[in-house]
Amino acid sequence: MRMSENRELKTRIIIAIILLAISAVLVTAGVMRGEVFIVFTKAVHICLECIGLG
Amino acid sequence: MEISQDIRRKLIQIAAFGFSNSYIGNIPAGRLYKGSWKNFCNPGINCYSCPAARLSCPIGAMQAVGGSPKFIVGFYALGFVLALGVVFGRAICGFICPFGLIQELLHKVPSPKKRIYKPLTYIKYVILAVFVILMPALLTDNFGIGTPAFCEYICPAGTFEGGIPMLLTHPELRAQLGGLFVLKAAILVVTIIGCIVCCRFFCKVMCPLGAIYGLLNNVSFYRVHVDREGCVSCSKCRDICPMDIDPVAKPNSAECIRCGKCAAACPVKAISVGFKRNY
Repeated sequence: MRMSENRELKTRIIIAIILLAISAVLVTAGVMRGEVFIVFTKAVHICLECIGLG
Repeated sequence: MEISQDIRRKLIQIAAFGFSNSYIGNIPAGRLYKGSWKNFCNPGINCYSCPAARLSCPIGAMQAVGGSPKFIVGFYALGFVLALGVVFGRAICGFICPFGLIQELLHKVPSPKKRIYKPLTYIKYVILAVFVILMPALLTDNFGIGTPAFCEYICPAGTFEGGIPMLLTHPELRAQLGGLFVLKAAILVVTIIGCIVCCRFFCKVMCPLGAIYGLLNNVSFYRVHVDREGCVSCSKCRDICPMDIDPVAKPNSAECIRCGKCAAACPVKAISVGFKRNY
């Protein structure tokens, strides 16, 4: 029982670390291709879709 | 004096809400904060068209980038949400999300209280796939700009936090109200009634951000630990759970927001919530 729990824990941690690495790559790629500017531009203007005006 | 887990969580929620919406001076003027904090995403749902909002909405950011002519998927916001989800899971919903706090306050309105009908909880995954990912990328106009479909057709947080304050302060916007606003206002009314009757109705049924964090609950570092040998099967944890799950049967269910009510209710301390188990 204890061994299978340990194996499950190890697998979970490995998956989590891989996902963290992917997230770091995604954020870096997003910043490098200029997504932050798109997000900022959208966020500082009134979002008519959010308000319900389309 | 020891502060209970519930009070501690409430204080964190209030602090997160205050940080996310600190520009309250903008509300009467109906203007948006335009500073550099808007480069960053909020961990929870908080409309960036709310005049008080400091940060960008991550779901809005995903759609804005996915709907731009140059890109199909927004890596920046997705990576940010993925990282938070891996570390905290849906604890973000339970502790940080401003709209989560609003829903919990709505649930305090006296009324008959109901549990959610389980199949309804799958709707949020459909909303994530269709309205947040597919429609912004595929439904484009002549300039290649996609529709932020979740914000446009569904988001009650946007109607509540952005729509109402902006419409109250901008007569020129009120003059343009039409069928779309009626649809969004109807969804907001259903959400408010839903939240009064059923705790965190929006989180359970509609939230695409909760869907992403929920999918990561099973691998997240911050999690629920159950000592099955110590459990006395009293069901107190199941009865108190605001997300209508059984923490012993499925401690890291996609619905669990890590609020810790189950751990506080357990008479034998067989449940713990955190980065490490404490039994």
